[in-house]
Amino acid sequence: MVRWERFKKILAKTYIYLVLLLMYAPILVLVVYSFTDSDQLGIWNGFSFKLYVDLFKNESLMDAFGNTLLIAVVSGIVSTILGTLGAIGVFYSEKRFRQPVETMTQLPVVNAEIVMALSLAILFKVLNTRYSFLTLLVGHLVLTVAFVYLNVKPKLMQMDPFIYEAALDLGASPRYALFKVVLPEILPGIFSGFLISLTLSLDDFVITQYLKEPSFETVSTYIQKIVAKHPIPPEVRALSTILFAIVLVFVLAITFYNNNKAIKLLKARRGRR
Amino acid sequence: MKFRRKYLSIPYVLFLVCFVVIPVLFIVYYAFTNKGGQLSIDNLIRFFSDKTNVDVLLISFAYAIINTFICLLIGYPLAMVLANRKYNKSSVLVMLFIMPMWINFIIRTSATRDVLNWIGISTGAHSELTTIIGLVYNYLPFVVLPLYTTMLKMDRSQIEASLDLGANPFHTFFKTIIPMTMPGIVSAATMVFMPTLSSYVISDILSEYNVVLFGSYIDLYFNQADWNFGSFMALIMLLLIGLSVFITRKFSKDDRGGRSIW
Repeated sequence: MVRWERFKKILAKTYIYLVLLLMYAPILVLVVYSFTDSDQLGIWNGFSFKLYVDLFKNESLMDAFGNTLLIAVVSGIVSTILGTLGAIGVFYSEKRFRQPVETMTQLPVVNAEIVMALSLAILFKVLNTRYSFLTLLVGHLVLTVAFVYLNVKPKLMQMDPFIYEAALDLGASPRYALFKVVLPEILPGIFSGFLISLTLSLDDFVITQYLKEPSFETVSTYIQKIVAKHPIPPEVRALSTILFAIVLVFVLAITFYNNNKAIKLLKARRGRR
Repeated sequence: MKFRRKYLSIPYVLFLVCFVVIPVLFIVYYAFTNKGGQLSIDNLIRFFSDKTNVDVLLISFAYAIINTFICLLIGYPLAMVLANRKYNKSSVLVMLFIMPMWINFIIRTSATRDVLNWIGISTGAHSELTTIIGLVYNYLPFVVLPLYTTMLKMDRSQIEASLDLGANPFHTFFKTIIPMTMPGIVSAATMVFMPTLSSYVISDILSEYNVVLFGSYIDLYFNQADWNFGSFMALIMLLLIGLSVFITRKFSKDDRGGRSIW
């Protein structure tokens, strides 16, 4: 019986690590071959940092990288403000107003990106708008704003409804009470909304492809244009390695941070009992 | 005007009306008009009278079903092991399975293609296989997450009860564990099924344009500036999405949507 349990454990672990290995294999191959200067994947020309040097010399790729960050940060900030205000406003509205807004909010969440991109392309065609940073921004806001709303809303629901009233009774102006009382309570929701909106925007291809001005390239559109006909350019291996490292550090940091918080919360529970 | 908290939602609501609702209404309008702008059902007739169009839709369904099935087949035992404290106590490991979501999917997809080509599975000669591999690679993380969270909430004493009462592990799995995790299975399936149908970059890259999914097909007509016919197909997509949302809602009552994993 004990041996059977041990066998099951080994089987389970093997399965986890096998899937993990397969899942990361393509990206790990890029990482390994980013440290050699061969043009072709699978040919090892000896260790070298040449591709990293090439990466920083590749102006169009660097521009694309800058553009990706720019649109992600700008749309992230605007979307966070818009979505947070929306969530607060809707939360304090009558039910007959709240219901339709909730439905509208679900639309961009469930909708296919290609349908959203097309619908906006038609709108801009009808309005005779030239594609610019602004049209791209609108696209990214449509992509992200509902997620900010959906992350702030539960925090508002968890909040003690009387602290705002208490602040008003104690002489705070509505605006002061909102900033000093409500905002701190919902800050974690705002922050996670911002993060989600950043990640959605950084990764986006479809909406960007449809709504950007032709000369504006992000990492996704730039690389897609090349890989449609050729293998991944060598310097993109270096870029992928850097991006992979950043994401890895970030994800590990969040996990450790959340774990600590989870443990703290558990301890608090126990204390209260 | 006196300040009221509900006024804060005005910009948000206006934004949604202008850039989400009205554009969708435009799709409906374009779908049922012809190039001259007159009301017509030409697009509907054109879509269903040409076998190619219907075939693309059916083939996309086939790919979506296969992809969902494989993702669940790999992801379900994975989530089971990850959620079982006997085998795994590390949340970092769980995060590693979800992390690919944050790595640029164009890079990931083209890396998959280049590696497949390198080890001899050519994307030109085995387009169907490589497309499915690419789809599974992209959607597996989305399956693991909802399955894992439902399995954490699962009542383990029911499994023990089932075994104590004489059910064999096989029966316990199908009669106890699967029904208990049904909400997770449904939400995992919807995370994969509809996006596969509407995806196009993945199949384009991994099949050298040999496999055309419904998403690429819509894209094709819009690139040819055939707005009316493209809109009609987008409308079909919208209706399918509406249907899938309806089905999901019926199955899982505690699904609150959103990708909140923080």
